[in-house]
Parts: sequence; C-alpha cells; structure tokens
Amino acid sequence: MQYLVSVIFDENSTQATPDEDAAIDIFNERLQAQGNWVFAGGLASPDAATVIDNRDDAAIISDGPFLESKEYLAGFWVIEAPDLDVALKLAADGSKACNRKVEVRPFQ
Amino acid sequence: MSTHEAITLAHQEEWARVVASLTKRFGDLDIAEEAAAEAFATAVERWPTDGVPPNPGAWLTTTANRKAIDRLRRENKRDDKHKEAQLTHDSPEPPSIFDDDRLRLIFTCCHPALAIEARVALTLRMVGGLTVPEIANALLASESAVGQRITRAKAKIKAARIPYRVPSAQDLPTRVSGVLTVLFLVFNEGYLATGPDTAPLRHDLTAEAIRLTRLIRTLLPDNGEVTGLLALMLLTEARRTARVSASGELVALDEQDRGAWDTRLIAEGHQLVRERLAAGVAPGRYQILAAINAVHTSARDMRDTDWSQVLALYDQLVRVDPSPVVALNRAIAVAELDGPEVALATVDRLEEQLTGYHAFHATRADLLRRLGRSQESRAAYDKAVELAGNTAETAYLTRRRDQLRS
Repeated sequence: MQYLVSVIFDENSTQATPDEDAAIDIFNERLQAQGNWVFAGGLASPDAATVIDNRDDAAIISDGPFLESKEYLAGFWVIEAPDLDVALKLAADGSKACNRKVEVRPFQ
Repeated sequence: MSTHEAITLAHQEEWARVVASLTKRFGDLDIAEEAAAEAFATAVERWPTDGVPPNPGAWLTTTANRKAIDRLRRENKRDDKHKEAQLTHDSPEPPSIFDDDRLRLIFTCCHPALAIEARVALTLRMVGGLTVPEIANALLASESAVGQRITRAKAKIKAARIPYRVPSAQDLPTRVSGVLTVLFLVFNEGYLATGPDTAPLRHDLTAEAIRLTRLIRTLLPDNGEVTGLLALMLLTEARRTARVSASGELVALDEQDRGAWDTRLIAEGHQLVRERLAAGVAPGRYQILAAINAVHTSARDMRDTDWSQVLALYDQLVRVDPSPVVALNRAIAVAELDGPEVALATVDRLEEQLTGYHAFHATRADLLRRLGRSQESRAAYDKAVELAGNTAETAYLTRRRDQLRS
C-alpha cells in the first residue's frame, strides 16, 4: 500500500534550514534501508508555479498557483507501508525531520 | 426466560463478538455489520418457533458467516474479497497478548485518524449494536447524518487501510485513552443530556457506556484507567434516581436523598477503587475522579464528607490534568474547607477561560449567594441559566436564583 505524505508549509513555517535538510537526509536513508521508500521531493515556492489548461485544445497558460493559499504543498514523500498505523509512524518521524506539518493520504 | 428475552440477551452479549469475528474473517466492516444484522433478524424470525439454540453465540456466528458468504457469492467477488481479507491480516507485528477480536474491533472504531463524532457513532453501531435510528436519537442527530458518518468512517478505514488489530504495547496507553474518551463522551451525554427536547438524564446512554466499559475491562483487566472509568461511571450512575426531582429539576449533591442511591452500584464502584489503590500504581485521571466520587458516596451527608480528602485528590488531579474545569471543581472543595471567599478568588481567576461554560457561572452564583452578595449572585445565575443546555439544570438554577433575597 502506498501513501502520499504531503509536507504543508503554513504560517508557523520558516524556510528550510541546513539542520532540517540534514535531518531529512537521515530520515530518507532510513526509509530506503527499511524498504518504505518510493519517491520524495521538495518543491519550489508557489510563486514559481504556472498553470496550463489544454482541455479545449488551445493551451492557456497563466502565471501562479491555481489556489492562492497561506498553506501550500512544500514537498512530499511517497511511502510504502502495510497499513495506516505504520504510515502514521513514519509520517510522524518525517514531520519531525522536516519540521513541518504533514498530511497522509492513501493512493487508490 | 422468554424467547424475546433470550434474543435481547444474545444481542447484548454476542453482537460485538459476531461482528468482530466476521470482520476478521472477511476483512470488511460492511459485510460483517450487514451479516450480523441479518443473523439477528433470522433469530427473531426462527427462535420463537424453533426454540432458542443451546449455544446462541455459536448459532449467530454460523448464521452470520453463511449470510456473508451468500452475499459475497451474490456479488460474485468472493475471491477478491478473500484476497483483500488476507492482505488486511498480514500484520507485521507479533500477535498481542490481548488477542480478542472484539478488542481489535474497538480499537479500529476508535482509531485517532477518524473524527471523534465518527468514532462515537461507529463504536455504538459496530461494538454496541445500536441501530442507526437509535444512535441518531442518542446523539440528537438526523438518521441520514449518522448513517453518512458511519458509511464515511467505514470507507476511510478501508481506503486508508486502518488496521484491524490491537495496538503495540508502546502505543497502547494512548490508544486506550482514545477509546475511553469515546465511552466517557457517551456516558456524559446520558448523565447530563443537552437540548430542550430531550430527557435530562438518558439511562439508555449511561447503561450502554457502562456495558461497553465493562466489556473493555474484561478484555484489559490490568489497565488502571479502564477500571477507574468503570468505577467512576458506576458511582455516578448510583446516584441517578436521586439526581432529578419529581418535578424534573436537577437535585444538587447537598440536597440529594442519599437513601435513594443504589447501594449495589456503590459497593461495586468502591471495590474497584480499592482494587486500584491496592495496585500501588500512580493513578490517571479517571482513577482519581473515581476516588473523588468514592469519597462522596461514602459520606452520610454533605457535612460528613471528608473534604480534605476530596481536596487532596483534586490537587492530584490538577497535576495530571491542569485544565480550568478541574480548577473550577477543585474550588468547590476549597469552599467547603476554607470558605466561599477563598474559593471565589480562585474561581474569578478562571473567568477568561471559562466565561462560556455554564458551570463556571453556576459555581460563582452559589459562592456569591453564600457570601450574601445577592445582586451579583443573581447576575451569575442569569448567565448560568442562559448557557445551561440541560432542562433539569435550567430548572434548578432558575429556582435557586428566584430564592435569592433582594
């Protein structure tokens, strides 16, 4: 079973520090060693986002995120876990490592 | 015993067991719930003519299993379901020493990933065996809202794969405390029901909460907080009939007819409190609350109450749970020992945090009344009446206000 662990940047968050980066590296290595690792990545700020809508075969490009919000996705993990309890334990450690709130959501 | 009584008894004793064993076998709460309901419906149909089977629980489980298999055959996805069930059971953790299916069921229904309202509804349905209309009535919610809450919770359990197992020893204390929160919530709603159109005390809810807490105690007999909560519920339930007057008014502790208290429940509650004291382990919140209630139920009247013991217990409780509500209740004991003036000073310091809580204003009103400050007392009673949600309590507060000398 795979879970998406979204890292949420909220009003209590600050830009990532070198300490956080180091803690995330350690956490990632653990995920890989334990076989929970699928994929992970950090995202640039929403200011760097571009929206494209090509549903009518005429791609319309617009600047900025599709949702203006104080809280946004700052990065994510995709993890492999046998059930939600295991996923929540890993996510709790991930939240601690990156010093952010995270959301755990199962893949269909 | 009549057949009807036998069915009621079987429902009380076997419902959770049937749902739990089917959930384990089929890995699906939906199938388990539906098949269990069908099995009981079959019992209602057949037992009056065929007679009550010698082992009702085994009969119900077998019948429910058959119903579930019938349904899966009908839906023609038996293989898929079995695969899914298999997956659900591949638990990476070693089996717990408390390996009872009903315990798994309770922990799944009270999983912290579910909203508290969903946990309450799901527990009453899956573990308590209450129907959706009964739960809607209990929670003063519409049937469709309750039905939806339960359906969504079951869907989340499936989609997010909330495991069907007893938590690891490391997680057990927090998870048990989550279960007890659900049961205490059910009990409290029965103890002091909210809403203008409901009976002030709801025996159906307090009885159900006690029954489920007893069940958890048989499954986790060494857990002090489970025992503490059961003792607390029993010692509170013991005073039920004395708590509301014939005219439907709440009767405060000092005015209750102590002869009307249920001595059997009190004896059992005291026994449980003694058991926890003998265990010699630092008590948690429910055990301390139970001990406070044990002191109250040991006293012949209000004056006979060992208030210094009550205060010592509240001091202990403040260390475990430093909430303003605990501080407010502690102040009531302070008033008995050091007088209303000292207590009022403590209560007034809680105003900012408790200004929306009716009991804060009711306590202040009573202290001001005892200090002869009628005008301020009246204003506090007004505020308490305005905020109180329980009909019997409103009647009590109104009378106390109207008895004030101007």
